[in-house]
Amino acid sequence: MLHLKLGRVGCLLTRRAMVALTDSGARLSTHGHHEVSDQLDMSQPIYSDRPDTPLPDRPWKDVLDATDKSLKQKEKGPWSALSKEEKIALYRLKFNHTYPEMKRPSQEWKTVIGGMFFVFGFTGLVVFWQGLYVYPPQPPTFGEDWQAKQVQRMLDMRINPIEGFSAKWDYEKKQWK
Amino acid sequence: MSYSKMSLAKPVMRGLLGKRLRFHLPIAFALSLMAAAAFKFGVTEPRKRAYADFYKNYDATKEFNNMREAGIFESVRPTGK
Repeated sequence: MLHLKLGRVGCLLTRRAMVALTDSGARLSTHGHHEVSDQLDMSQPIYSDRPDTPLPDRPWKDVLDATDKSLKQKEKGPWSALSKEEKIALYRLKFNHTYPEMKRPSQEWKTVIGGMFFVFGFTGLVVFWQGLYVYPPQPPTFGEDWQAKQVQRMLDMRINPIEGFSAKWDYEKKQWK
Repeated sequence: MSYSKMSLAKPVMRGLLGKRLRFHLPIAFALSLMAAAAFKFGVTEPRKRAYADFYKNYDATKEFNNMREAGIFESVRPTGK
């Protein structure tokens, strides 16, 4: 249902999002379904290629021509009488994709990673612009002099003299250890 | 191909939790004990030693006077004021 609306979305970003959502799994059969509109008739059994649903609600091809019908008749007998090609043909009547075909890797990860990096870059630009035009002036406590005086005061107060800040200062030699 | 016997072996149906516990519990205990030992000998023992060394020759009055001279107290100003 989703993938039918794909072509109508022109915007680049939403198209990228739509591609990521494409795998809805629900597909129309290639045969026999004469939909008046583009809508899927959800009141009828639906075929879906899903790894977690091995037996969909209906077979893939349910409008059978004469050869298919005769093959289905033959299927009612002993399966040892079927040739390999016939078995494969019967499989393809019932299912659209095999599991390996269902699980085939896509190139979607490239779009995902690319989109991620694009967003990172854009965010970086936003943050940079913010630093220029949004932030107020820095408080005086950030200045070099203030920071030096702050460190001296912390040492004078013996902040964490055993394992922390002042422990790293040599009070005799008046330098960092 | 005929209907010949092509069955798989019956999978294990019982004792699954027991088997998992027999495998994982000793490992879990061993790792936990190692983590505890590592923390004890990597963190707590050095810390206890650091505190002991600090207070071995600690002169509280001397430190107080140094701090007073540095001017950080409000109750006692540095000597000479």
